[in-house]
Amino acid sequence: MFNAFLQIVRKELLGAFRQQSDILNPIWFFVIVVTLFPLGIGTDPALLARIAPGIIWVAALLAALLSFERLFKDDFIDGSLEQMMLAPQPLTWLVSAKVFAHWLLTGLPILLVSPLLAVFLSLQENTFWALFLTLLIGTPILSLLGSIGVALTIGLRKGGVLLSLIMLPLSIPILIFSTMAIDAATFGQSYIGLLALLGAMLVAAITLAPFAIAASLRVSVS
Amino acid sequence: MFQCKNLTCVREERVLFNNLNFTLAPGEILQVEGPNGVGKTSLFRLLVGLSTPYAGEVHWQQQNIMLDRDSYYQNMLYLGHKSGVKPELTALENLHYFHHLFNPKVKFDAWEILTLVGLAGYENVPTAQLSAGQQRRVALARMWFSDCPLWILDEPFTAIDKNGVQVIEKLLIKHAEKGGMVILTTHQDLLLPPQLYKKLTLQKPAAGEQYV
Repeated sequence: MFNAFLQIVRKELLGAFRQQSDILNPIWFFVIVVTLFPLGIGTDPALLARIAPGIIWVAALLAALLSFERLFKDDFIDGSLEQMMLAPQPLTWLVSAKVFAHWLLTGLPILLVSPLLAVFLSLQENTFWALFLTLLIGTPILSLLGSIGVALTIGLRKGGVLLSLIMLPLSIPILIFSTMAIDAATFGQSYIGLLALLGAMLVAAITLAPFAIAASLRVSVS
Repeated sequence: MFQCKNLTCVREERVLFNNLNFTLAPGEILQVEGPNGVGKTSLFRLLVGLSTPYAGEVHWQQQNIMLDRDSYYQNMLYLGHKSGVKPELTALENLHYFHHLFNPKVKFDAWEILTLVGLAGYENVPTAQLSAGQQRRVALARMWFSDCPLWILDEPFTAIDKNGVQVIEKLLIKHAEKGGMVILTTHQDLLLPPQLYKKLTLQKPAAGEQYV
């Protein structure tokens, strides 16, 4: 079972490194969206520091949305999704591996470039750490929720708009709690409670989303 | 033992076939025939459980496959129209993945199998750069290391040359002689020993039953 999980992650990473635009495009998008804001609204450090968490989170959300296209679509077209659904391992377990690989390729790079963006937007150190922790907990939830949307819209020819309509409302709670945690950090308050709430959402998403994804795939592929 | 009981397939309110019954015992090869659009691929998707039948059931070892997917999928190999081969990975990497996901207990030499399917020398080329027939051979290579008794093959010979077809025919015979079962569609005439070989011709439903 664990071997199957590792094999899927390995295959996803190998494939992604062969087609590097798939990894790089969402990251470029993320960095460029964030850097456009100081150009648009001026470079006043106080103003930037005030709106930075919101900007980074919304950009991360949009970058995630951009990256969902490749999560099941290619597999659907070349038939490997069909084969994955016929594998002797439980489909919920295999889709968990797919989502984990997707997070490694999109969520993790966003975490890695976030210090750079914190410098761009003149964030304080403790605010940055709050941002980093919310991204660390929040991006896997985005990957899991988005995968449900992708699984539901995969059979449609133009599923992209529908995907954002399904996915963006679902991610509002994550956005609210993340920005609240970062605001609390800016004012020097404790934000552990808000992180715990996000963590609870992550645990709920990890345990329940794979079942929803597997069920949606069975419906969409038939 | 593989059984198909009163299977009816409906697509967009049009009945493709109804009340289809057949049984396959170990050691039998069944070729499904019929003109284009009669529902061969739809039938195969029902047989492997990718879509749900409008009516009827598919049974593997007296168990409805929808109720016990895991044990059915441990015993079934399906090669569909879409090959399932990842174009950006090499033939060797694709085989490695299929091996670990589908038949982890089988020991095999990937190089030897690639030689058998005629892909020696192309192991490390991304499959996207191979010809259509060679890509098909990467998918078909799974048959050489599969320990599943039931093979369901949808048009396995598409883009395969004459020589390749003969090699695969031999493999099918060997599989059937070991007690395996094969269900396949193809528009080619196969040279298989008649005692192993059955044919099923799909027919359009009678005039009054074409719509639900």
